[in-house]
Amino acid sequence: MAQLEMKGISKAFSGVKVLQGVDFQVGSGEVVALLGENGAGKSTLMKILTGVYQADEGQISIDGEARVLRTIRDAQDLGIGMIYQELNLFSNLSVAENFLIGREGKFKTLGFVNYPLLYEKVSATMESLNLNRNPKERLSDLSVGEQQLVEIGKSLQQEVRFLIMDEPTSALSKGETDRLFEIVHALKAKGVGIIYISHRLEELFRVADRVTVLRDGRFIATVPTEETTERELVSLMVGRDIAERYPHEQSSPGESILRAEKLKTLAIRDVSLEIKGGEIVGLGGLMGSGRTEVARALSGIDSLQSGRIVMEGRILHLRSPASAIRSGIVLVTEDRKNEGLLLPFTIRENLALPTLSQRSRLGFIRRQAEGMNAQEWVGKLRIKTHSVEQATENLSGGNQQKVVIGKWLACKPKLLILDEPTRGIDVGAKQEIYQLMNRLKLEGRAVLMISSDLPELLGMSDRVYVMHEGTIQGELQGREMQQEAFMRLATGGEV
Amino acid sequence: MQRIISAIKRYHLGPLIGLVILIFILSFATAKFFTFGNLRNVALQISVNALIAVGMTFVILTAGIDLSVGSTLALSAAIAAQLMVGHINPWLAGGAALFVGGLAGALNGVFVAYAGLAPFIVTLGTMTLFRGLTEIYTNGMPIFNLPRAFAGFGTGTFLAIPIPVWVMALVFAAAWVVLYRTTAGRRVYAIGGNERVAFLAGVPVKRYLVGVYVVSGILASLAGIILASRLGSAEPTAGVGYELDAITAVVLGGTSLMGGEGTLIGTLIGALILGTIDNGLNLLNVNSFYQDAVKGLIILAAIMLDRKKSAGR
Repeated sequence: MAQLEMKGISKAFSGVKVLQGVDFQVGSGEVVALLGENGAGKSTLMKILTGVYQADEGQISIDGEARVLRTIRDAQDLGIGMIYQELNLFSNLSVAENFLIGREGKFKTLGFVNYPLLYEKVSATMESLNLNRNPKERLSDLSVGEQQLVEIGKSLQQEVRFLIMDEPTSALSKGETDRLFEIVHALKAKGVGIIYISHRLEELFRVADRVTVLRDGRFIATVPTEETTERELVSLMVGRDIAERYPHEQSSPGESILRAEKLKTLAIRDVSLEIKGGEIVGLGGLMGSGRTEVARALSGIDSLQSGRIVMEGRILHLRSPASAIRSGIVLVTEDRKNEGLLLPFTIRENLALPTLSQRSRLGFIRRQAEGMNAQEWVGKLRIKTHSVEQATENLSGGNQQKVVIGKWLACKPKLLILDEPTRGIDVGAKQEIYQLMNRLKLEGRAVLMISSDLPELLGMSDRVYVMHEGTIQGELQGREMQQEAFMRLATGGEV
Repeated sequence: MQRIISAIKRYHLGPLIGLVILIFILSFATAKFFTFGNLRNVALQISVNALIAVGMTFVILTAGIDLSVGSTLALSAAIAAQLMVGHINPWLAGGAALFVGGLAGALNGVFVAYAGLAPFIVTLGTMTLFRGLTEIYTNGMPIFNLPRAFAGFGTGTFLAIPIPVWVMALVFAAAWVVLYRTTAGRRVYAIGGNERVAFLAGVPVKRYLVGVYVVSGILASLAGIILASRLGSAEPTAGVGYELDAITAVVLGGTSLMGGEGTLIGTLIGALILGTIDNGLNLLNVNSFYQDAVKGLIILAAIMLDRKKSAGR
């Protein structure tokens, strides 16, 4: 049985130690989950294994033989493959051509691409993955889940012995996730050793044989999945016991902050809702039910065709995000990389962006005020960084999300809309965001939270509106806030 | 001090080293190069291109491009010249030319921001349009006999430095203040960094986009006035190809064509590199047929020097 072993791996970047003496093993036909908060060192460890980085100390051996991985090519030659969280595919090419790129040599006849041979091989691979699409289709016509399968198929073509999967289910539907797990099991049966990285704990219990936990760049423990619990894994990961996953606080709602009356936009219709000060209102529904579109209407992005928005008794005419911000409504969008942050810009610059005019005099930026604003939010939100001058692209997901939230809180909003505020961030950062939401609530501000994570939505909200096909199907509060009732509404039924 | 050094490292290492190497080589290759008179000459020669390049920097920082600057230059120069020939006060005539330049830029900006067209296409169109308008306006003939007072603007000196060089210095200083000290400058960078993020953060993106093209138009117009003043005439074919020189200066200075990244100092260095190459090749009596080829190679080398660092990321 082949065995991949990493021993005493250490790595530092410009003096900062990101890995310190980490041990990791995976055997063929075994699934080992790698667990840790963002910034725990998982990706660095995997980049060392795939030859992207070289370890400062420690060694990698396969079947007891020490190996040096200097380049990505070295790792590939040893049969180590990786499926990245972000898909590395060409959406403008066909499925088959995506398999072709990088392996042109195998499908070449007299310098021309041998398309019949390519289609035959690709069809066979797709069949083995249960992917029933035509290899001639454009990749962009496939769902994200199917594209993920293409990515897996590509790595299978190069005879992998060890396969790293980084958050493979983050963009998948439930059905697609089930299919992925079947494939993982099939690969396992074929003797492939799999390293599985995911933040979704419940998944690990379905696929992994063992779990290796990292924290702050150190090896913490390896435990067999059968002998552990979610709670134990979380405490190993964060280094303390997290008592309550959703720390809901009781509060008494105050005056109405915002009332939406029969809103209609291109994507939603007849949406009426009310949010009071001092409450967290959930907005749920299946994908595509119009949750995000309600947030966009309330924050001046989508214009209203009819209906009105009343804020503290005044009718608002929102023409742009700028006017919503002036009225005290801010939106933390679900896509923090493309809509939330100026990634190459510093934390200071990002935190000041919506409130720049408040930090200026006669159009000149008051640098001191800008710096103080940055220090204030880095401190309040405990953003982990050595300097506010750091570019936000170098921060972990959780810290990036905190910067986005910080820039909006700096506007001193009356209503904070959070769209998927904890997506793709680790347990510790999630807890901090929950605590923050509670703090805002106790300060008497209104929070509207959109989430696909049902336990989170029901756990953190005081009451929940459920959407179905562009309109509000019903509202749940108190004892009604159960998953079953939610799903009945979300699929168009009654409570 | 350390911050300055790290800023130099981060942004202008390549171009700056390129410029220093050029100056070093030329100082040894020809005795005439490193003299006050010649350096003053280089500064004067780059002033027109540098002014256009400042406006171009604003536009490129928003991930746009302005190909119409050469034509705007010719149009404004022609208007200023025609007015002066008609005995209008040179200051008024210049003001009118700047206004037309701003209007030309606004037209570009409206097409880009409100019609949502690609800057490359829009300004490719207006480049031809403005050139055509110039030809109609001038009937294809140069305008001569400009007032003597006007010639003093382009050829005169103040404290031994040519006036166009003073103008260039003032414009750079003003543009630097706008870009690095005002909310407007920060928002220009933000729009180039990610237009969507800027819009969601309440930045009036469309107005700023129009603004950068207006700045570019006005500066092209100012460059046109200086050029006409130095030559003593406004030519309908003035400024052909100047947009490419300006873009070259901006890119040589390390500004990304994707927007959001780059500096004004880089642009100045870029313009200086171009001017130094031209001047040096002339001093070395390089056959004019070879000059362009050599210039092209040096530009490529300078850009390579700059890109080395980003390739390593």
